[in-house]
Amino acid sequence: MARQEPRKDVVIVGLGWTGSILGMELSQEGLDIVALERGADQDTVPEFKYPDMLDELRYGVRLGLVLKPRNQTLTIRRGPDEVALPFRSFGSFLPGNGVGGAGAHWNGLNWRPQPEELKLRSHVRDNWGEQIIPEGMLLGDYPVSYDELEPFFDRFEHVAGISGQAGNLNGQIIPGGNPFEGRRSRDYPMPALPVTYDARKFAEAAAAMGYHPFKAPSGIASTAYVNPYGMQMGPCTFCGFCERYGCFQYSKSAPQTMILDALRRQPNFSYRTGAEVLRVEKAPDGKTATGVTYWDHAAGEEVFQPADLVILAAYQLFNVHLMLLSGIGQPYDPVTGEGVTGKSYAYQMNGSATLFYRDEVFNPFVGHGSNGMSIDDFGMNQIDFGREGFIGGAYWRSGQTNGQPIRSMPLPRDSAEWGAGWKKAVGDWYGHVMSIGSHGSHMAYRGNHLDLDPTYRDRFGRPLMRMTFNWQENDLRMNQFMRARMAEVVAFMKPDLSQLSFKDLGARYDIRPYQTTHNTGGHIMSENPAEGVVNRYSQVWGMHNVFATGAGNFVQNTQYNPTGLVGGLAYHTADAIRRQYLSNPRPLV
Amino acid sequence: MTDLPGRPSRRGFLKASAAGVAMALLPLSAKAQQAAAPVPLEQYQPVFFTPAEWAFVMAATARLIPSEGDGPGAIETRVPVFIDLQLAGEFGQAADWYMEGPFAPAADPLLGWQTPLTPAEVYRQAIPVFDAWCAQTYNAAFTALDPARQDEALAALEEAAMLAPEIRDFFSILLDNTKEGYFSDPIYGGNHGMQAWVYIGFPGARGAFLEWVERHDVPYPLGPVSISGERA
Repeated sequence: MARQEPRKDVVIVGLGWTGSILGMELSQEGLDIVALERGADQDTVPEFKYPDMLDELRYGVRLGLVLKPRNQTLTIRRGPDEVALPFRSFGSFLPGNGVGGAGAHWNGLNWRPQPEELKLRSHVRDNWGEQIIPEGMLLGDYPVSYDELEPFFDRFEHVAGISGQAGNLNGQIIPGGNPFEGRRSRDYPMPALPVTYDARKFAEAAAAMGYHPFKAPSGIASTAYVNPYGMQMGPCTFCGFCERYGCFQYSKSAPQTMILDALRRQPNFSYRTGAEVLRVEKAPDGKTATGVTYWDHAAGEEVFQPADLVILAAYQLFNVHLMLLSGIGQPYDPVTGEGVTGKSYAYQMNGSATLFYRDEVFNPFVGHGSNGMSIDDFGMNQIDFGREGFIGGAYWRSGQTNGQPIRSMPLPRDSAEWGAGWKKAVGDWYGHVMSIGSHGSHMAYRGNHLDLDPTYRDRFGRPLMRMTFNWQENDLRMNQFMRARMAEVVAFMKPDLSQLSFKDLGARYDIRPYQTTHNTGGHIMSENPAEGVVNRYSQVWGMHNVFATGAGNFVQNTQYNPTGLVGGLAYHTADAIRRQYLSNPRPLV
Repeated sequence: MTDLPGRPSRRGFLKASAAGVAMALLPLSAKAQQAAAPVPLEQYQPVFFTPAEWAFVMAATARLIPSEGDGPGAIETRVPVFIDLQLAGEFGQAADWYMEGPFAPAADPLLGWQTPLTPAEVYRQAIPVFDAWCAQTYNAAFTALDPARQDEALAALEEAAMLAPEIRDFFSILLDNTKEGYFSDPIYGGNHGMQAWVYIGFPGARGAFLEWVERHDVPYPLGPVSISGERA
């Protein structure tokens, strides 16, 4: 028999970026709110403090801040012909855990999607016709437009504390910014950060080749800053420990730095850690949720938390897992194409170039997670999909993020991997290398999806979620296009040695090396209940008091890091709940 | 003493003088703070390894990062101590990993760790198998081979033909652990004296480089600091 807690107006599952945002915004309505976080509490002090945080082995290699697979994981297969096996030791992606979630240990790359990316099916249809859409691609429009989301992107950027240079201010193109971005109603809250030598070299080459370099937008403070919640940041010292680390100096945009202390001061908000939600409980008619059941790790018992409003703000993978376990939405069937929950899982298609300069010095340890110069000349809205034979795009960036030597030791491909040759190579090349990255879109496909595994179980006896995912030709073709363009830039930059790393056509998904924690889809937004799990306000179709935040809402992934769109959608949802839902709880569409 | 490149010269001179004073005082204070010198490797009492395993790890890491040539080797940086402590701890026990069956150790390597064994168990099972292979191939234990033969044997280990699927990744685990011990903070027992950081020019836990962002193509002049406050 589960313990039962007193009823709350709102229960929030997960206290990362979107849980913190919804908690803050809804607490301003006077609602009684509890957030349930499965991991531990963590804050700048003591968990992220100097110098203990600057420990590559503990955090960079052994993944001290990341979810432990032993506590929750999933199984993975590359297609229906394979038996899915557990992701026993994380590699390809690193979900967060604990207060702040992955927002505590991200790189701070904060981008808005392009307007065309949110209406991608229409963009393709209007320019080339639907016949260019490959068989098996689930190409869709988001049920909400860039212009509708613009105030919420702006709101997130000002809360999150983003440094950058506007390129399109109310339709006016601003020199030094990204000329291909969507319209901004105002500039970033902080000016762009200075950039390191690698970025300057790349930008000079790109400009000389006719491209349009700009300083990458960054969730890293360039100045002292106070956000709308009264939270304060101090300027970054380029310590070179962002991704996989918490920031020890209040310079990285994170829930800890930008929201949580303000949220803790709200008397009608509370949160519980070690509170792992097992399922969403439904009313007998299935049309609303009555609350959630969670495992209280300290007490060692199940607890029922009744609530009028349920916000699913876990990481994308675990929002979908909870939905599958709770019977929210019909599970997607890739054979028939019917069902919605678990549909349209997507990822990111990236590549890079490494350039070696024997006699130049980069000091690679001087950096931060979103350092550098970018170009968007090969972005989604600049590519002729009909001519190039794929649907997609990528932004490029050069800017060193860290010089941590266990993992950040690029060597020429013919170097020995051990022995005297390896030792000589690390001595010769450390600090004389730079890179350029291509960060590309990933479409949704009929076969790439999420469901429940038939064999493997978690520590509560629940089925693990199963991911069926492999690279698809369309995105690999996009990647090969980027490879060819990047080879031209590399040749122009005249390094002593160089190498390109882009997946080839036919490449299979390798779960071992870190790629990116940009897992998207699975509870996608849609115009109607047959196509997705949630409506344009991230409200579950047919279950009006459940809202789901995060990248699970993405119809297909964009070419950018997802946090900007995740944050914008979270504010869009918060606004809809505040202005439309609370006065008259009902389906908003 | 070291000047910071890019400073105006007069100010640079003054700072250099001040730094000279500070550096002159450093040996005393550093000595005062320094912990007792660690036990010589030959006398180290392993926490995890048996004597035979310890002898193998000493010999193997000495070839993976040899002492010859520029820069320290695995032995001078006490990499074997690092590996011993890691295998005795959470990493060795796979404490963070999902280790529920069924297992498929012969699965496509692209699907990651699928053996039922922990890293510590992989070492424990693989070392005797490899030593038996060395005895069969060279009529001698790995530790008794000359360096050229040891390199040849390690190359065969890398190919892993003598290893069952459950332990097929032994070489790559050993190599990863060796590099981790070489480059991690000294608090974990390796990278003794931060020698590997000094060798490549990584400044460790300094963590403050704002004035270096736009000082392009200029070598950073300061040596590393460690989490426990060592300087080199």
